[in-house]
Amino acid sequence: MIEIDIHKQLNGSDGLMDLDISMSIESGSFIAITGKSGSGKSTLLRILAGLTKASGKIVVDNEVWMDTNYTKDIQSRQIGFVFQDYALFENMTIEQNLLFVNKDKELANKLLSMCELNSMSDRLSSHLSGGQKQRVALCRAMMRKPKLLLLDEPLSALDVDMRAKLQDELQNIHNQFGTTTILVSHDPSEIYKLSNRVIVLNQGKIIDDGTPQKILLHTKGSQKFSFDGKVLDIIPSDSIYIAIVAIGQQIVEVVLSPKEANRISIGDSITLSSKAYGVSVDYYCS
Amino acid sequence: MIETLLHLEWEPFLLSFKLALITAIILFVISLPLAWYLARSQSRFKPILEAITALPIVLPPSVLGFYLLWAFSANSYLGEFLKSHFDITLTFSFAGLILASCIYSLPFMIQPLQAGFEGLNPHMIESSFIAGKSKFQTLLFVAIPNIKPSLLMAFIVTFAHTVGEFGVVLMVGGSIPGETKVASVAIYEQVEVMDYTNAHIYSLVMLLISFSVLLVVYIFNHRYKNKLGFR
Repeated sequence: MIEIDIHKQLNGSDGLMDLDISMSIESGSFIAITGKSGSGKSTLLRILAGLTKASGKIVVDNEVWMDTNYTKDIQSRQIGFVFQDYALFENMTIEQNLLFVNKDKELANKLLSMCELNSMSDRLSSHLSGGQKQRVALCRAMMRKPKLLLLDEPLSALDVDMRAKLQDELQNIHNQFGTTTILVSHDPSEIYKLSNRVIVLNQGKIIDDGTPQKILLHTKGSQKFSFDGKVLDIIPSDSIYIAIVAIGQQIVEVVLSPKEANRISIGDSITLSSKAYGVSVDYYCS
Repeated sequence: MIETLLHLEWEPFLLSFKLALITAIILFVISLPLAWYLARSQSRFKPILEAITALPIVLPPSVLGFYLLWAFSANSYLGEFLKSHFDITLTFSFAGLILASCIYSLPFMIQPLQAGFEGLNPHMIESSFIAGKSKFQTLLFVAIPNIKPSLLMAFIVTFAHTVGEFGVVLMVGGSIPGETKVASVAIYEQVEVMDYTNAHIYSLVMLLISFSVLLVVYIFNHRYKNKLGFR
């Protein structure tokens, strides 16, 4: 069980902001933290790791990591941390990166083979691709046998295929080791696939907390599916209009009646949803 | 011409390189922890320390030489203390030259090292702390091995700068053959007595050595960057 109750004043992009987080985490769970950039997600991870100072309390498995008059130093917290920019020790080979953390060769081999890296273990880490580097970083983080694995947007710099592969490996490692994991991510499919609890931060506060189903599925009422998108263009075509809408990475065409086209302009955020028949376009903000 | 070359006195060159090598080694050892501290510190007093270590760049060598001469002299507390307790005289001696060179060349060692440390990915350093390694272990096994071009640059520039030193050496060391008469001082004396032949030879030798040293540094840095894949 991990008990967190922390406060810190941050200098965010919109001026001063109070980070105020209070929550408890079940041991062995996989938590995803999401929210707009600048909402304090990374800072929360850094405070848990001891990289950033804060006030309040952190208790991990009945062991105090931080309270009013004590702060356990980074070195003795027994955590794993994976940064978005890999942060490998570039002067070392893959294997040396792992053994630098812990001399346990057996564990290193096990982790490397789980991530299909054992054939290249004597390669210098600066010679790897992004996906390979991030797998090494993940293995390296696990070498500490961490009580808490912290992942700060680990996959957001990778392409879609590599991301899916690493998600499988993350899941695999989590299943094998049962490490309590906190993942910061913006990718709903990644969060849905990996986590069993989602926490949404905004302006330094928790605004939503629940299962991935509850937080991520936005359909309501009789809607069968619904997508949020942005209008890129509206093209008149005979008596109707065609809207070009960006939904995530995809661009789609939607047919609009002149009445609908009148209500919507380029740059608007819209929700595309379908009931039993036909597609409807709801304008909700601009 | 051949005759002149055969009878050329190499001692001032040897002395210059001996002085430069010893100075560079001492400064290398002192500056690594200092540059590491400066690169990572967020203390309010850091600018003061940075200004002090950079002072020899802007100070005229004669000013530095004058202060050192004054501090080392038998009439000063430091000079008297060293003389009476350790029997060390720093004025007009090789030991004095080394100390003066260390002060004079300090910024040329500190600044490339500090820039090297500051250029490291901060997450890499944090990863080492998270791996349970102390600040000292991190410096030794992670930070230093990852700034190899800066290490070489700092060492060579300090070496070259000390070889090229003139004002401080002349004021603190004078021109005692075999003790403090380094190449730059020897050239100055040759010009003074209008021995242009030797002044030309000495100057050309200095020019060629300096160029070769810098060329080696740049070739190494270029190769190292290619090896790491920064193209």
